Amino acid sequence: MNRDDFPILRQNIVYFDNGATTLKPQCVIDKMVDYYSNYTSNIHRGEYSFAHKTNEEYDGVREIVKNFIGASKNEEIIFTKGSTEALNMIVFGFFKNKLKEGDEVLINKAEHASNVLPWFVLQKDSSIKVKNIELDENYELTFENVKKSITPKTRVIAISHISNVVGDVRDVLEIGKLCLENDIYFVVDASQAVSHIEVNVLKSHISFLAFSGHKMMGPTGVGVLYGKYDLLCEMQPLEYGGGMNQAFSSDGSYELKTPPSRFEAGTPPIAEVIGLGEAIKYIMSIGVLNIHKHEMELKQYLVSEMEKIDNVILYNKHSKSGIVIFNLDHVFSQDTAIYLNHYNICVRAGNHCTKMLKDDLGIKNTCRVSMYLYNTKEDVDKLIEALRVSKNIFKVIL
Amino acid sequence: MNIVEDKELRRELILDNYQHPMNRGLVEDSSYLCCNTNNESCIDNIDMQLKVEEGIISDIRFDGEACAISTSATSILIKSLVGKRVEDARKILKNYKNMLDEEEYDSALLGELVVYSDIPMQANRIKCALLPYHAVCKMLNRLDEV
Repeated sequence: MNRDDFPILRQNIVYFDNGATTLKPQCVIDKMVDYYSNYTSNIHRGEYSFAHKTNEEYDGVREIVKNFIGASKNEEIIFTKGSTEALNMIVFGFFKNKLKEGDEVLINKAEHASNVLPWFVLQKDSSIKVKNIELDENYELTFENVKKSITPKTRVIAISHISNVVGDVRDVLEIGKLCLENDIYFVVDASQAVSHIEVNVLKSHISFLAFSGHKMMGPTGVGVLYGKYDLLCEMQPLEYGGGMNQAFSSDGSYELKTPPSRFEAGTPPIAEVIGLGEAIKYIMSIGVLNIHKHEMELKQYLVSEMEKIDNVILYNKHSKSGIVIFNLDHVFSQDTAIYLNHYNICVRAGNHCTKMLKDDLGIKNTCRVSMYLYNTKEDVDKLIEALRVSKNIFKVIL
Repeated sequence: MNIVEDKELRRELILDNYQHPMNRGLVEDSSYLCCNTNNESCIDNIDMQLKVEEGIISDIRFDGEACAISTSATSILIKSLVGKRVEDARKILKNYKNMLDEEEYDSALLGELVVYSDIPMQANRIKCALLPYHAVCKMLNRLDEV
């Protein structure tokens, strides 16, 4: 799908590491080059015409993001460095002041480090309790398990929309309703979900949402924090400086701007934000549903072919996204990734930043194939062929 | 033909040390020095233990998860160092590092470790071959601090 739009694919590579980062279409590259070549200027500061164009382009991306995730207003969209910064802002800018002794935060063992460690730090520094919602026999997070984990002390449920290892799509629509009924804040890490499935913050009653631009064909160094506007008004900034203050004077008094400017101190990643806007337009021109359908067709094909190879161990064949984790029998995952690199196939090996999942999975490391729109059946065939002859792996890599 | 020239022989030696490594499994003994070692850019992660008695390395043990190169290098390094005087072990380590850094080295001191002489041609694997080296150096350096 749309392979010609991706200049890097002119090289003879099979790129299956989209969970780590995605390739960039020419339109995103061109959009950023255009800013750097033709109208470089800072935002919200200059009176010259270049600066006006930059303001329009930069602020215009808020509207694009708002529509893309179904938010109520542009002011609910804050640009960050990425999901990690957004999640840290949510935990330390909002919940640090909000939660009280004994309050419970529910996460689970399949969460990425960026939705675990900030909560652990908060737990260490305060008297809140971080608890894990149990995963089912397929290492997936079910609505039923979320429901039965809730206690009268539960104040926050913080989960990824799609797990970056197992690839299960969490039922955020129903979990969101549950949060609404029980007066629980709902924090969603949508890093692996936006641009793969439909994400709608209003329909899912999401309090805060985080995602990164580079995992959706946008540039690195930019991400989004969505928050319901009234919650953002209660949130404290973690950075202070230019662009976020209304006034300050020599007696030490100061007044901060309203959200979103309050949370974007200093010069933001302007080219990256503009590039992100272009990436979202590109995604919308293809349609998220079409991307998801394509990924699922490829995943089902890959799984059915992998099951025919006796030394392949599959861990998540049931999950409803384009992520497949596997190992070759008695082969360390890194050796498998090095082996596949000999065939110009790019996969990820490791624990994928989910170091608690090993308790349930029983293994620390796996190989991950993560699909995207530009992957093809031919890519899958190349991977399958390499796996089929993988009994000679050590002849290839040693 | 020796193990440097014979690719098949070299592969067999690495594979044998990967699949049946020397001294895998740690001991509960406080007379051993301990060190965890891991590569930041990959997922190799091993624990090593080393015991020195009267200036001689009497035992080295390891456990953990690592790739074929890291695991086999740990095994072969253990074989090369156990029974050696500390100062002789340091010479072996220095020459091993030099070989991987493509600097001058004395292959006669390295024994089976020369199977990794072509590792510098695969830049991303040098760190794998050096994993046990760093751990052993750290533990030996601790001897000087006592």
